[in-house]
Formats: sequence, C-alpha cells, structure tokens
Amino acid sequence: MYRILSKDMLTPTICRMKVEAPRLAAAAKPGQFLIVRADEKGERIPLTISDYDAEEGTVTIVTQGIGASTLAINEMEPGESFADVAGPLGNPSDFCDMDAQELASQRYVFIAGGVGTAPVYPQVKWLHAHGIPVDVIIGARTKDLLIYTEEIGSVCDNLYLCTDDGSLGFHGVGTAQLEALVAEGKQYTRCVAIGPMIMMKFAVLTCKKLGIPAIVSLNTLMVDGTGMCGACRVTVGGKTRFACVEGPEFDGYEVDFDEAMRRQAQYKPEEAEAKEKHVCKIGRG
Amino acid sequence: MPTRIDRVACPEQDPLVRAHNFDEVCTGYTAEQAMLEASRCLHCKNPRCVGSCPVNINIPEFIGKAKEGDFAGAAEIIAKDSSLPAVCGRVCPQETQCEGSCILGIKGEPVAIGKLERFVADWTRENGISSAAKAEPNGHKVAVIGSGPAGLACASDLAKLGYDVTIFEALHKAGGVLQYGIPEFRLPKETVLKHEIDEVLRLGVKIETDVIAGRTITVDSLMDKEGFEAVFIGTGAGLPRFMGIPGENLNGVFSANEFLTRNNLMMAFREDYLTPIRAGRKAVVVGGGNVAMDAARTALRLGAETTIVYRRSEVELPARKEEVHHAKQEGIEFMMLTNPVEVLSDEKGWVRGVRCIRMELGEPDERGRRSPIPVEGSEFEVECDTVIMALGTSPNPLISRTTEGLDTNKRGCLVADESGATTRKGVFAGGDAVTGAATVILAMGAGRTAAKAIDEYINGPAATDAE
Repeated sequence: MYRILSKDMLTPTICRMKVEAPRLAAAAKPGQFLIVRADEKGERIPLTISDYDAEEGTVTIVTQGIGASTLAINEMEPGESFADVAGPLGNPSDFCDMDAQELASQRYVFIAGGVGTAPVYPQVKWLHAHGIPVDVIIGARTKDLLIYTEEIGSVCDNLYLCTDDGSLGFHGVGTAQLEALVAEGKQYTRCVAIGPMIMMKFAVLTCKKLGIPAIVSLNTLMVDGTGMCGACRVTVGGKTRFACVEGPEFDGYEVDFDEAMRRQAQYKPEEAEAKEKHVCKIGRG
Repeated sequence: MPTRIDRVACPEQDPLVRAHNFDEVCTGYTAEQAMLEASRCLHCKNPRCVGSCPVNINIPEFIGKAKEGDFAGAAEIIAKDSSLPAVCGRVCPQETQCEGSCILGIKGEPVAIGKLERFVADWTRENGISSAAKAEPNGHKVAVIGSGPAGLACASDLAKLGYDVTIFEALHKAGGVLQYGIPEFRLPKETVLKHEIDEVLRLGVKIETDVIAGRTITVDSLMDKEGFEAVFIGTGAGLPRFMGIPGENLNGVFSANEFLTRNNLMMAFREDYLTPIRAGRKAVVVGGGNVAMDAARTALRLGAETTIVYRRSEVELPARKEEVHHAKQEGIEFMMLTNPVEVLSDEKGWVRGVRCIRMELGEPDERGRRSPIPVEGSEFEVECDTVIMALGTSPNPLISRTTEGLDTNKRGCLVADESGATTRKGVFAGGDAVTGAATVILAMGAGRTAAKAIDEYINGPAATDAE
C-alpha cells in the first residue's frame, strides 16, 4: 500500500509524487487534503491533494522540503512505500455543493503562490470540466520557482504568471496582477487564494478592496486531521474553528491571519532541532 | 478468627525515578504475591464485587483459581466476560466498582481485584497462552468502525461466532484511546496493548488503518458497495473541549488530546521519533479527570514543573484514586478550587501565565456533585509557559453528518437502545460515541452487547439460542 509510482522535482525543493491509495483516490474531491507519514518514526504531515484518479487508484502530492519530515518525504523514491497516506480530509471546495444555477453564475479567479499552486489544479480542472470560467494567477519569487504552469494552463481560460523579480510574466506579486486585471475590466464573482499564509492575508486585503469574495485554504498545524487534537484551531469571524474538519477552506474576510501565522510557528524551535538532526543523518551517509 | 493479612502492596517504580521515565509505574505482582493477595478474598455468598463490575466478571471464582496458582483457569473465567483484562486491570476505576464494594474494604483494604486481574492477564501473555482460535466462517460480513475498546470487543465476539469482521481505524495504529490517549507509563503499548490487538487479529479480524469513516468511506458505502450486512460504530469521543476564555489560542495552549497524541501515538518522548512536543518549563493542566492526570504526568516526565488546576476540591476529582496518588508522589502540585479565567500572553503571543479565580462549593447539582462558584475578587496569576486543557471530549460528528437516518442527541452522542441498535437499520453503536466520555470497561461491555445484537439481527434470535 501507498507505493510511490512516480516522482519528479518541480523545483530544487518541491517534489511531486504519484502514490497508490485506492480508497483515498475513490473518495477525494477538490479542496481536500491528506496526511502522509513517510516511515514508522515520521510525523503525520498534512498535504493538499494535487490530483487524484479513482480508476487508477492514485493520488498526487506535491511537497516542499522544509523540515525534517517533509525532507524525508521528498527523499523517498519510486517503488518505495509511505508508511501511511490517510484521507481525504477536510471539506471539499464549496463549489462542489453549489446547485447548477449558482455555479453557472460564477466567474472564478485563483491566486496561487509557491507550493500552494499544486492544490489549485484539481479545483480549476473541476470548474473547467463543469464549464465555469476560470482565470488563474500563479506567482513565485523567480521564474524557476513557478510550478504547475502547463497543467493549470491546459484547464483554465486565462493563465497569468507573475514573478517578484520580473524574470517571467508580470513583474510583481499576484495581488498586483489581480488589481491590474480588474482595472482592465475583468469581472470576478469569487477569488480563491492558496499559498503561504502571508500571501493569503494580502490576497484577502486586495479582494476586500476590489469587493470580490475571497476563499482561502488554510495550511495549519495538525496531528490527526480528524478533529481530535485541535492544533489547527483558527479564529474565523471571532469564533474558534478547527481547520481540519470545518475547513480547510474558509471565508478569507473572516480569518484572523495574524493569529494563524503565529500559531503556525508554534513548533519552530523543535522543528529546527529535528531538521538539524535530519541533515546530520544524511551527512553521515 | 483467622489472622487477617494486609493487602499485598504491588511493586512500583520509585516516584523520583519514574518521574523521569515512561516505563510502567506499577510493575505487577509476582505469582507468590498474587496467590497471597488472592487468599484474602472471603468468597462472599453474595459477592457484591460482581454486581459492581460493569461486565459482571465472576470475581470470586477467578480469584479462587488464582489462590490455587491456577492462573490459566483464572484467565478462562475472566475471558467469559472481558476481552481486555490486561487493559482493564490497569485502567478501570476499581475503587468505585469492584473494589469499592468489597466487604474487606469496610474495616480495612479491599482485595486488590484490579491488580489480580492484571496479573492473570499478564501471566497468560508471558506464558504464551492464547485462547484465540479462528471460528468456522458463517459467511456474513460485519464492519466495525473504530479500533478502541468498544470496537475491539465487538469485533472479537463477532469473529468468535464466525463473522468475517473488518475494523476500520482512522489513525495509523489500532487501539483508539488505548493507543493515543493513555500513556505508556500506565499502559505499555508494545507489550500489553499490542498483545491484546494481536489476539483480536488471531481470531481472523482484519484491521484497516488510515480509513476515516465519513471521509474515506461512509456507512452507506460499506453496506451498499462493500457488502457489509451490519456496521458497528465505536468511534469514541475524540473532540476536545476548550473553556472559551480569552487567550486560549495563544501559542503554548494545547488540548490534552494534542499533547497526549503527540506523546503516545506519535512517540514524541522518544529521541528517535520526529514528532515535536512542548511541555515547557512550567505547565498548568486544567481539569481533574484521568486525562488531566495523564497529561500532567507526561508533562512532568518531559521536564516541566507541573500544576493541576481544578475547579472543585480534591474529593470531587473524577480521576482514579491511584492516578491522583501517583501524580502527587511524583511531585505534581494540585491547586484545587481554582478555575482559569484568562490565559495571559507575552509580547509575542506566547503563554506567560494563567489568571485564575478561587472557587467555593455550593449546592449539589443534579448528579449530586457540589457545583463550584467563583469567589468574587479572588483572582490571581499563576506563572507558566504551557497550558494543557483537559476538560473532557465529545463524539466526533463526522459519521453522523454523513449518514442519513442516524440520530444524535443534543450532546452529539449517537442515539442507541440498550442492545446498541441505532435509529438506522443494521447500524449499531456503543462506547463513548453513545454515552459521551466514559470508561474503557463500559465501552468494552457495550461492544460485546452490540455484538450479540448484531448476531441476532443477522442470524435471528433462534440461531443464537440453538448454539
């Protein structure tokens, strides 16, 4: 179970893998996530589902190697198996439950940043398949760090690439691109922002300014992902919510991002120590 | 009158030593000690202990066998009513059940029934005696959701009747609360728990981990697509409660569930596991149940100076007496009649303390417990850098929300009758998912009752009687 079928590096640190997980693949919907444990001693790492194929019984995950556990995931090779891949977790994107009429009235724009670009793909693919207009803005620091451009380009109406350094596409951040598009006369009924917390925070501020409803997908800390631990709690509309069972998508206007960012850093010292150890282990060969 | 012997003390690790390790606190009787303790039983004509046991184990009879040194015989008697004796001997609140009604307890110390049950179960394990044998298959498939005490008990009983049983577990290891909740120093995982689960597997039960009911599969998909004729839901009460006070989302505030899951299921206490955990320098644990004791003693072992804050007085502590006693011995401070009103923040959003208020006890509530009332103007601050909330848990709504026709009550518990039958045909439930957070033995008992009801549902009452 959970055998890795293929692997490719999208950037020097971001890795894509297709993994056997038949039950999960059969149940997955856009917007949901899963939990991976590389081996017996690894952490349970929540990752968004970047694609799924029920017939093939596979799911695709995209991981950025940052801490000891994500580095361990990215070091796995095709033919090897993860100890665990559990899911799907969280609620599907809200459009999955919209009635045909409501859905038909939507014009979506996605703002994707960094590794958060990957989970945008199944959402855009789903909307495209249902005939809903979708534009996508993908941003990164520099052109080599842009991911999923071809995949998303093939299922959206318009794709806009942005780089902070101007090495490709629009010179600037995704939110500036959105403002430019709206200034040109583009109209959107909904914006979905997925990426680093700080990016989502600013995407929401821009959406507020432009009067576009904003959905964000929160990548909080989690242990079980089923509502048991409460590590993922976020304040949304003044109320404490569990991102794992009540999210991961929330109305961006209502999210307390400053608290969410602070809470995300809760195990930073412990994680730094674990990474140190992990790197030492590799160093020893 | 024969000379009474005192209750045989059960060997324990020294408190100062065990406060720094996760090895089991109590090391258990030797065979001689067990036989001596067993000899204290008066074998009452009308044994009150049996009636006080939630699953009515024939206690005097198993103790009689133990007295003679026939531990295998003792185990057989226990096995008639309990499928998790090594666990229950360790975690049951004996003082309010069997031992609480022992006649010897009136003038002295009751028979150490829990310690004897534990000894018998450990003895069979250590001597490789297994009563588990695969039954002749009866061709019927039953799904069990959750591998905690209710699910394991239900699955074993059904397997013994020949059912093809699959347990679906959301986490990566089986055992439910026995795995993620109860710490190693009270219930060793690799020896005791793993053995109990292996016994269930030996009966032919299959366990599929990483399957989240309500997400990966649903009750309907199991029945309609996978051919399960009945489903038992034993998903426990896993959702943590918080107080709803200011500062509860500060960094350094954890649910006991998170803290214990990181340590127990994810083995954070072991250097070779990657799981991060943070007990801090000074930890405050809020609550007075077994979970609060477990969290406090875990924090202590991870190096934190630990205080338990509880709003009632010591008499009302709902935890097992032995756990409170052990916690005190290990150096945990108990701050009774105290309730947090705010978690205090440092300049970076991390916990720097808890503002508490003194409480006094008022009139007894409907359950007979005196309700705590805040003493006005008595607020004070307790310095700490970690706060662990152990305020109880409620059932997870994932299954009830995704299953048509499965009713819940206002506390979110599944509605089930005495046999475990829910409002949905073919779907049974038991344990904390039905009662709200309770004990391992009640969950085990409910699982067994439901197994009987499931057998009658599938095979009809006649089939059971004919056996």
